[in-house]
Amino acid sequence: MSNVGLIIKRELGSYLRTPSGYFIAAGVLLLDGLLFNAFALGEEPQLSSDVLRIFFYWAGIVTMLGGVVFSMRLLAEERWTGTDVLLFTSPIREGEVVLGKYLSALIFLTALTLLSLYLPALIFVNGKVSWGHIGAGYLGMILLGATTLAVGTFASALTKNPFLAVLLSGLFVGLLELCWPLGQIAEPPLTEVLSYVALHTKHFSPFQRGLLQLSDVVFYLGMIYLSLLAATKVLASQRWR
Amino acid sequence: MIVVDRVSKYYGRNAAVRDLDFRIEEGECVGFLGLNGAGKSTTLRLLSCLLLPTSGRVTIRGFDVEEQPHEIRKLIGYLPDEPPLYPEMRVEEFLRFAGKLRRMDAEKLATRLPKVMAQTGLEQVRDQTIGTLSHGYQQRVGIAQAIVHEPALLILDEPIQGLDPVQIVEMRALIRSLRGEHTILLSSHILSEIEQTCDRILMLHDGRIVAQGTEDELIHGAAEGPAGYREALSAHWVELEVRGDEPDVRAALALEGVEIVELTRGSGDVLRVKVKSVTEARELIASRVVQAGLGLRGLKRTTSALEDVFVRLSQGESEEEEVRA
Repeated sequence: MSNVGLIIKRELGSYLRTPSGYFIAAGVLLLDGLLFNAFALGEEPQLSSDVLRIFFYWAGIVTMLGGVVFSMRLLAEERWTGTDVLLFTSPIREGEVVLGKYLSALIFLTALTLLSLYLPALIFVNGKVSWGHIGAGYLGMILLGATTLAVGTFASALTKNPFLAVLLSGLFVGLLELCWPLGQIAEPPLTEVLSYVALHTKHFSPFQRGLLQLSDVVFYLGMIYLSLLAATKVLASQRWR
Repeated sequence: MIVVDRVSKYYGRNAAVRDLDFRIEEGECVGFLGLNGAGKSTTLRLLSCLLLPTSGRVTIRGFDVEEQPHEIRKLIGYLPDEPPLYPEMRVEEFLRFAGKLRRMDAEKLATRLPKVMAQTGLEQVRDQTIGTLSHGYQQRVGIAQAIVHEPALLILDEPIQGLDPVQIVEMRALIRSLRGEHTILLSSHILSEIEQTCDRILMLHDGRIVAQGTEDELIHGAAEGPAGYREALSAHWVELEVRGDEPDVRAALALEGVEIVELTRGSGDVLRVKVKSVTEARELIASRVVQAGLGLRGLKRTTSALEDVFVRLSQGESEEEEVRA
């Protein structure tokens, strides 16, 4: 098994054995259900596709929150408990540690996200939506969660305090999202630049509506790559401190 | 095996270690002795590739810690002052994980794991969750993860820290049993620990090596050290138990080349006196005490003078710094 696979296996075992994994899972699913009931179903009759779109809007935000909270469990916790020493005195590269931790969290978050599938399935009780719309929405949610997690991994590499890691992660994701309203009031060319980095409002909107656009996928993958690369560089630089 | 060449490490403007210069040969068991904050852990972290020196060069078997950390990591097993353990994992599962991290295949692990658990006394708790183990057992798991892959170099930072007396004896025996299989570096601020376990001692104070050599060399003054060090080491140390008044005892021991280092009151009117002399003076001291009409309850040569020397060297360095300041 590769080093990355080894870390993923250990991490997933840890998620299932410690309360934090279950707390995050319960929180995400509870919020998904409440928000679906409160906003997607609403009180007024709506088109099925609108119900699904609104569900994805809120579920996307919940997935982002889940990604932010996971930052605590990534690299910061490893440094907080001192177990990073085991990894960094073993013949394993910083990039492998980052990738292993990131992918394990992503697998867990993806599983959580897919557990909410029963919510859009409920729409079939009184309405009809296309499976393509559902598929695109879930792909978007996974990409959004993956990007938030990657930003969180970078935040988690910056500090050894897990709670500070969550705050930093929330701050980074919040700042990226804040670029959208700033972009709306800024002058060109800042308008496009600022709007472009909004994780949810700009790039998740098409997925909410069941549209799969390559540019959004490329944006998310690019953000993931840059964030993980930055996290790896931060870890490598710790030897110099 | 290990060459440390004029190495300094600064955290901001503070020097954690300065101008370290030493060599350690294959198979040696070397102890880093120093007070808290002396630079022991930083030195071991530099050797473990966790930190890079601000200046100077460290090589292990010819591999540079800066350029080839990956190669060095294949050679080392490291136990930091707090063992790096995942509390939710079971002992055997954790050791298997640690072995795989060090590139051990399943076949090798299958033969090695029982041996390591037997060696570290973990067989009975192999299926127990690490978080439920006592501190002593957790420390054993810490050592087991460091030796599971049979590293050439074993680095143990304060391995007896936080252990109770029984656990200390067991840990000491465990470390002794590892000698010969690995080159061992261990740090401690407890002299007796280093004395009983290591072939060679490096005394650190305020980030510098203030003395290095074997225990015998340190006691008999043949080791490397700063000015005045040999003189301090070559002194003869005697402990007395004397019945009498303090002024009379001081008067009786007012001899040329003899210095009372410590005088404390024991039970009743018995005084405990620690004396340093330039030459062997036990007979002279005994006769002077008896001639003065004092009761000589006991007299013995201090078998290990290292502790006094260590404390003096540390104090001497601090005083020198105060004068410089």
